[in-house]
Amino acid sequence: MSRRWYEAGPLPAAHTTRRRDTRLTILASLAAAGGLWLLQAFAGGYVVHMTCVAALFAVLAVSYNLINGVAGQFSLEPNAFVACGAYVTALLTLSPAEKAASFILEPIIWPLSVISIPLLPALLIAGLLTALMGFLMGFPVFRVRGDYLAIVTLGFGEVIRVVANNAQAVTNGPLGLKGIPHLTDLWWTGGLLALTLFIIVRLVNSSYGRALKAVREDEVAAEAMGINAFWHKMLAFTTSAFFEGVAGGLLAHLITTISPSLFTFFLTFNLLIIIVVGGLGSNTGAFLAALLFTYGGEWLRVVEEPLNLFGLHIPGIPGMRMVFFSLILVAVMIFMRQGLLGRREFSWRWLWAVLDQRRP
Amino acid sequence: MDGAQLTQQIINGLTLGCLYGLIAIGYTLVYGILRLINFAHGDVLMVGCYMAWFGAVQFGLPWWAALMGSMLLTALLGVLIDQGAYRPLRRAPRISALITAIGVSFFLENLGLVVFGGRPKAFLRPEVFNHIYQWGSVRVLSLSVWTPIITGLILAGLLIIIYRTRLGMAMRALSRDLVTVRLMGIDTNRVVAATFAIGSALAAAGGVLWAMKYPQINPLMGVLPGLKAFVAAVLGGIGNVAGAMIGGLLLGLAEILLVAWLPELAGYRDALAFVLLIGILLFKPTGIIGEELPE
Repeated sequence: MSRRWYEAGPLPAAHTTRRRDTRLTILASLAAAGGLWLLQAFAGGYVVHMTCVAALFAVLAVSYNLINGVAGQFSLEPNAFVACGAYVTALLTLSPAEKAASFILEPIIWPLSVISIPLLPALLIAGLLTALMGFLMGFPVFRVRGDYLAIVTLGFGEVIRVVANNAQAVTNGPLGLKGIPHLTDLWWTGGLLALTLFIIVRLVNSSYGRALKAVREDEVAAEAMGINAFWHKMLAFTTSAFFEGVAGGLLAHLITTISPSLFTFFLTFNLLIIIVVGGLGSNTGAFLAALLFTYGGEWLRVVEEPLNLFGLHIPGIPGMRMVFFSLILVAVMIFMRQGLLGRREFSWRWLWAVLDQRRP
Repeated sequence: MDGAQLTQQIINGLTLGCLYGLIAIGYTLVYGILRLINFAHGDVLMVGCYMAWFGAVQFGLPWWAALMGSMLLTALLGVLIDQGAYRPLRRAPRISALITAIGVSFFLENLGLVVFGGRPKAFLRPEVFNHIYQWGSVRVLSLSVWTPIITGLILAGLLIIIYRTRLGMAMRALSRDLVTVRLMGIDTNRVVAATFAIGSALAAAGGVLWAMKYPQINPLMGVLPGLKAFVAAVLGGIGNVAGAMIGGLLLGLAEILLVAWLPELAGYRDALAFVLLIGILLFKPTGIIGEELPE
């Protein structure tokens, strides 16, 4: 029987190789940090910027996958969480003078007008507030299932956008916030990505993660086994809200200008493509697809630029990229519903076994 | 607010409600049969508007011919979407079909941006709809009088199809039990295709009336009306045509009266539909006259 190269047969039990795997993880993290240092030192501003964006998208995709893929609750709200995190962080770090200057239609309300704190506590507060928002949202949201859940969470995203447009004394309305300090760098985004991967992978591999998967497969059966489906969904939702909020905060400090039009359903749609292409339920898939999406998306800009092919002039078509992306999503659903990785995950044991069977 | 103003606002609300209702019927028909939220419905509406725009402005057709042509072409588009994107997923989990629908919706929007351009196009209101009637201090655009009449005619035609023809009988049976209907020797795919055609044609009609009311069109114009019409369908009880109409009228009235009574909340108008949606799903998930649909 022939095996594909990535099929490694039965893997050894996890606890037998734990020490080796931990060491390998630490080594890989050090290598990644070294890579970041090299990028920081030698790469141009554009590459650094794209890498920051890619890392933030990876954080968003992995946390979105927790609720959509692992817990199987198909929801459409990440734009709401990212918006919440971005606005809270930006409002906390902007200097009072900057705020006074940009709130021209309506002055900013009192406590926010004088506050200005460093990035780290601001990110923490933003994450916690977003998690709180997710927690409160969860009560009505998890009363419904399936496609209704999708529509209700989409509705929440729209409501947040409408609020951001109208609560001018807090969000500055459609004008948005300008002059946010450019504090996000490779270390912040890389650090957040490492933390997110560490916590979410640990969560998925814990008893809570197994319970979440049980809820995904069959909620009634899971409840019969004594799993409280509601609180497990809440756990996944709140955790995912926390990381999406923090990522939103870093995003605000990367692009330095935010406005409600940045956090439409379009953002959620991009994340949805990422986790569907990666394979709903696979953290590795979400991570890889996020990188593929960010860098591949840049590469696809080619189709929007004018092209001279053997004397044949093809004018660039702006906007063609999104047409491609939507086609990819439909095609993946029709022809390759498992995505790139299905529910497979990367593990050192797997890598070890693959390398082992290759050895002559 | 005096009586005249209130009358005025109620007429505005009913006109808007008719449009929501027409669009909501498309959602409710498809959901009733396939249990699929056809996310692309709002964008089908947008395409319908552009078809009518091309007919009326580019080819100089009279408005009714442009409307008919647009309904026909849009019906075709609806069938095409169903056969191309949804049919391969009939046996897949429902969420897969939903994701595909979201993909189709973005595909239409972005293709619209590429083909039609992002700049809004002016949609001319034909003469018939451009008069202003005045009764005392109530001023009403003739479009606002015609919209309920046209809606009523379309609705009557639809109800005849659903309750008096074999196709309608097949559609009603399909919404009960797809597998059994297939066993009875009915070509379910044709019935589903017909459903998409009818729903899309109604979306085109609603869209053209919408474009006459707010006389400009752009490739993203279908998003909000589409989402709100879905809420209207849920409000009335999804799967039920009369319910969709009632839900549409209620949503239209609620939006207009919110803005009339509390002008300081006018900016939150677009959020009202979703707040309503959350409320309905919490307290009466089957809607006003809906019944529990079999899974």
